[in-house]
Amino acid sequence: MNINRLLAMAGKEIIQIKRDARSIGIVIAMPLVMMLAFGYGVSFDTKHIPLYVYDMEGSRQSQDFLKRFQSSIYFRVVKSVTTYRELVQALDDGKCQMGIVVPADFSSRLSSGETVAIQALIDGTDSNSANLGMGYSQAIIQAYSQQVTTQWQQRQGHANVLPPISVDSRTWFNESLESMATIVPGVVALVMAVVGTFLTSLTIAREWERGTMEQLISTPVTPMEIMFGKLTPYMVVGLFDTCVCAAMGVWWFGVPFRGHVWVFFLSSILFLTVVLSMGYFFSVVAKTQLAASQISLIATFLPAFLLSGFIYPIDQMPAVIQVITHAVPARYYMAILRDVFLKGTPILLMWRDFAGLALFALLLAVVASRAFKKRLE
Amino acid sequence: MNGASSAVVVTDLVKRFGDFVAVDAISLEARKGEIFGFLGPNGAGKSTTIRMLCGLLRPTSGQAQVSGLDVATQPEQVRQNIGYMSQKFSLYNDLTVSENLNFFAGMYSVGRSDLTSRLDWAIDMAGLRGRENSFTGTLAAGWKQRLALGCAVLHRPQVLFLDEPTSGVDPLSRRKFWDMIHTMAAEGVTVFVTTHYMDEAEYCNRLVLIDRGKIVASGSPLELKQKYMAGDLLLVECDEIGTALELLQGAPGVDDAAIFGNALHLVVPKASAAIAAVTSYLSQHGITVQTIEPIRPSLEDVFVSLTTARTGAATEKPIP
Ligand SMILES: Nc1ncnc2c1ncn2[C@@H]1O[C@H](COP(=O)(O)OP(=O)(O)OP(=O)(O)O)[C@@H](O)[C@H]1O
Ligand SMILES: [Mg+2]
Repeated sequence: MNINRLLAMAGKEIIQIKRDARSIGIVIAMPLVMMLAFGYGVSFDTKHIPLYVYDMEGSRQSQDFLKRFQSSIYFRVVKSVTTYRELVQALDDGKCQMGIVVPADFSSRLSSGETVAIQALIDGTDSNSANLGMGYSQAIIQAYSQQVTTQWQQRQGHANVLPPISVDSRTWFNESLESMATIVPGVVALVMAVVGTFLTSLTIAREWERGTMEQLISTPVTPMEIMFGKLTPYMVVGLFDTCVCAAMGVWWFGVPFRGHVWVFFLSSILFLTVVLSMGYFFSVVAKTQLAASQISLIATFLPAFLLSGFIYPIDQMPAVIQVITHAVPARYYMAILRDVFLKGTPILLMWRDFAGLALFALLLAVVASRAFKKRLE
Repeated sequence: MNGASSAVVVTDLVKRFGDFVAVDAISLEARKGEIFGFLGPNGAGKSTTIRMLCGLLRPTSGQAQVSGLDVATQPEQVRQNIGYMSQKFSLYNDLTVSENLNFFAGMYSVGRSDLTSRLDWAIDMAGLRGRENSFTGTLAAGWKQRLALGCAVLHRPQVLFLDEPTSGVDPLSRRKFWDMIHTMAAEGVTVFVTTHYMDEAEYCNRLVLIDRGKIVASGSPLELKQKYMAGDLLLVECDEIGTALELLQGAPGVDDAAIFGNALHLVVPKASAAIAAVTSYLSQHGITVQTIEPIRPSLEDVFVSLTTARTGAATEKPIP
């Protein structure tokens, strides 16, 4: 590689990034907007789920039970109704997303040690919130149930009885209900997968579209110099964006950062190598900016969203799908970021994820560097 | 001609796009320091040939050597030694004049010691002194072309490929551009240039005419005029020039007829005999002849007479 050519290539790319209003938008606005959209879209929205309650009993105990929904940050009790019809109507009209029905024999069954079924009606149109609402209500009921059981056991002098209240539901993800903490590191990985690929997906295609490629490839510049010259500025931009995302996670969403900064940077550089190479590859293959950016979005967003452990925990996926997730680089980065943010695990214990990420970084860089040919056909 | 004095040697070069033969077994040779003109109607295969010579397209078959290097097997070495200006302007419009120059100086890794003087030279040559910081996209066509030439020769290439460098440029700029070409040729640079302008073709040391992928004529401008204009040439100015053309194309004693500007050029076996015959033939058909006189053939006459068999010029498809 010739250093003059490399520097000239990188320098030109930097000038073009700075001058192109659109790329400034992608660099600055895209990560911010996506962080907010996903951060809130996946978790905040489900805070303060509007709730109608129908207390058929109206006893002190049933009211005490419903207070727990009132005091939860995940629910906002909009109204207490007196007929079942009103409740269903409110759900249909969208006045609430969830309804809780306490049966008329609530306290009597509890005091006789029987199981009580609480009915939860959920508007399933927004499946995310529905699932979360399910999860949150289950958690509240579980906690209440625990308390009642303990009291009951103390009164009866018994041990090992079934929890008296049950709800037959479970959330698909984030069962600990630490929403922000687990979601935000995932959002950072997701956003960087999309932004990173998108950034470089335009580079080669732009030269083809503007007709500048013909002149460029008539010079002695090598494909390697073109790739490194183009990707290096975007690596810097990408790291900047990763820091922006992480900073938002910490200071805006209040997620802790317990790991080492250098572990964060090392994994981010590896992941950026993966996604920047991928975007570059799409740019080479597609030859138009529109096609390249669309392929990039689809090829990175869907796997990173569905198969990386972001929305469904990997260990709860069917075995075949679990195997497939190993081919999704975001999976490793997400796992590392969760550790870096929430736990601060020593890097040696994360060697599998680092190895996976490094392997993909190498693989994709090689594939991308081979893809570009200095020919017009 | 031997290889040592030749800058470009092409033997049976073929380029196919699918079933379509764009360049059909052409052979040619350009000597060092020569201005080599490559002429032909639209779609003749000029750009395709130049692209193969610059290593941008892989020849389907045949051989081409530039500065003694094979374009198919040593494209990178070829690129070190050539400068190329593509038919479509392809510098960066969003970069300034000096940013473009700096970029291409980098691409050719022009040495640090040489850099400033080369950049200065290019700016002066292109007449862009004082406009170094203008965005390239805002320059007029003539300036853009001279800047593109400047960018292509920063590294002092031995061979320069110019694909219709003056298309869409005003006459004064064209003149300046050709002055630059002559200067470089005088310094020993081989200039391989395509053009549609016949006055420019006259400036070339040697010409090759290509039509539908095949070479139809070659030689110096003078040789071409002598060799390919068998008969005499008559200039005819008359009314209803279109009707006159139709009449004369099939007329006895007229080998060929074509419109040039607002007059007709006729190729006839003998000028003295034809003048009277043509005048009376046209007046029989109610067309008054204002002027009819023998003229010396121009390259354009040669060009037209060699390519008239062609019906309708093919449009150039852009490279995907
Ligand atoms: N990549 C390609 N794929 C298919 N056909 C092509 C391709 N490039 C050129 N052609 C065709 O090859 C023929 C020669 O094209 P070329 O560009 O070499 O012509 P030209 O002599 O430069 O014409 P012009 O004077 O219009 O520039 C044309 O018919 C063109 O349509
Ligand atoms: Mg052409």
